[in-house]
Amino acid sequence: MERPIAAPRATPIRLRGLVSSRVVNTIVLVLVAVVGVLVIARIWHRGPGYFAQILVYGVANGSIYALIAIGYTMVYGIIELINFAHGDVFTLGGFVALALLPMFGVKEGQPTSAVILPLLITLVVSMLFCGGVNVLIERIAYRPLRHAPRLAPLITAVGMSFTLEGIMFLWRGPFFLHFPDLLPRARIVLGPDTTIGAKELTVIGVAVVLTIVLSLFVERSKLGKAMRATAQDRDAAQLMGIDINTTIALTFFIGAALAGAGGVVFGLYFNSLSFDLGFSAGLFAFTAAVLGGIGNIYGAAIGGLLIGMVQSFSDGYFDSTWTQVVIFAVLILVLVFRPTGILGMRVPEK
Amino acid sequence: MALLELHGIDVFYGRVQALRGISLELGAKEIVALIGSNGAGKTTTLRTISGLMHPAHGSVVFDGKPLTGVPAHRIVSLGICHAPEGRRLFPRMPVIDNLYLGAYARNDRPGIAADLERVFTLFPRLQERRAQLAGTLSGGEQQMLAIGRALMARPKVLMLDEPSLGLAPILVQLIFQVLQEINAQGTPILLVEQNATKALEIAHRAYVLETGNIVMSGTGQELLQSTEVQKAYLGV
Repeated sequence: MERPIAAPRATPIRLRGLVSSRVVNTIVLVLVAVVGVLVIARIWHRGPGYFAQILVYGVANGSIYALIAIGYTMVYGIIELINFAHGDVFTLGGFVALALLPMFGVKEGQPTSAVILPLLITLVVSMLFCGGVNVLIERIAYRPLRHAPRLAPLITAVGMSFTLEGIMFLWRGPFFLHFPDLLPRARIVLGPDTTIGAKELTVIGVAVVLTIVLSLFVERSKLGKAMRATAQDRDAAQLMGIDINTTIALTFFIGAALAGAGGVVFGLYFNSLSFDLGFSAGLFAFTAAVLGGIGNIYGAAIGGLLIGMVQSFSDGYFDSTWTQVVIFAVLILVLVFRPTGILGMRVPEK
Repeated sequence: MALLELHGIDVFYGRVQALRGISLELGAKEIVALIGSNGAGKTTTLRTISGLMHPAHGSVVFDGKPLTGVPAHRIVSLGICHAPEGRRLFPRMPVIDNLYLGAYARNDRPGIAADLERVFTLFPRLQERRAQLAGTLSGGEQQMLAIGRALMARPKVLMLDEPSLGLAPILVQLIFQVLQEINAQGTPILLVEQNATKALEIAHRAYVLETGNIVMSGTGQELLQSTEVQKAYLGV
């Protein structure tokens, strides 16, 4: 009854013949090689001490990106949504801390012993607050759209990002805000021309502790397993008796708590905040999450560290005006050559 | 009164009606089979009972209580466990974690440990592979894991969707043998199967679905003898 359908006879335009992928690869390789030679020449010129110092800054920077990237990747892992408001939740963490510190009577110039407890409380409260805000965002802007086309929650995510930025703008205005300089100035000498300060150690320490706690939670606890199960197969997770709404909300909460902690340590480290900080920081962290393999928590941590390094090397050896270009060039190269990222795996579509 | 009853269930996918006034029941010690061709509504029936689909009309009554409006994850803790079509394991988790997730709704540690032993006795292969990622198991092993995971909920009703799909005949034999064993130990089973002959052989009763309607029902033996069933589903 049915006749076999004849194959279309149109002659395909042979793009591959014009610009073969081998040529493209070669061009890219040559470019990468040229940039590589330039970088090595500069690094050689400035000597090993400077290199090590840049490395230290890179790890500190990267720790902050890792804290943000983990939240991006967790949310993506569980509902395949890029939560564009996530970067602004990070800024919000800094803003909340900035509002809380004076309430505890914390001022610059006080001895470390006097500020340590209020700082810890501030950190925890900021994390909880950001977690709560993100859960609210999920409830308002994403959950009602869970069965809508993928583009819809993406747009509400962008909308939520602007909303948060707008709220912070109205709250504290358009200017750079000074965040109190509370950490000790002491620096430990690691080698010639290389030191690490209490500030870097604080940033790195907070990131390392939170990442370890998170990974233990996700790997070992019952709720962590429920989160992974929900990420792998939502329907099947429900059939196990897992309340996926609670699990998804929990994921948003934890991701935002880490971002909030990132915002607080950012303030402590750079002593400056602005309402639109989350826009670029969020995009960098998103790049980090993609670089590490989106959906993979360890990948996000590694990606964050790498992006932090790229940033500090670009800042330290070239010029900070180039940094955004370099970071997004990294994003494009990763997407073209290894879309699954460093630790990402090819997962068959369900 | 039966343990599980469906009364006049209508289910729609968008504007397409998948179930048209389905009524059926499952007794406390029975194996009941649902047979029918692709798209007849067998899977939809199970998904409606487990709360993944919501009926437009009609009700599901379990143990005398209606399940209307009860979310899927609560239905599991009431004692209805559904091993879905296509196994739906958690591929990037080891066998043992898949099994523990089956017992997610429970809190009785000794009971869970006992049920783990029971699953390993039914399927020794799973014990050998306990640390292996579920996604790397063979098809037969995955099906064993899907059934084992369902048993870990210690269900009052076990629902299985196509447990024999894609398995070698010898494994099909094994799976059906285990199902009879599970039933003999006191768990009623609602079984959806393409392999109608096998299903009718072990089922106490069965329903035949056709485009969302129940067109025939009877004991497994009666349906095996029925000329219409033989012609349509048994390939005789």
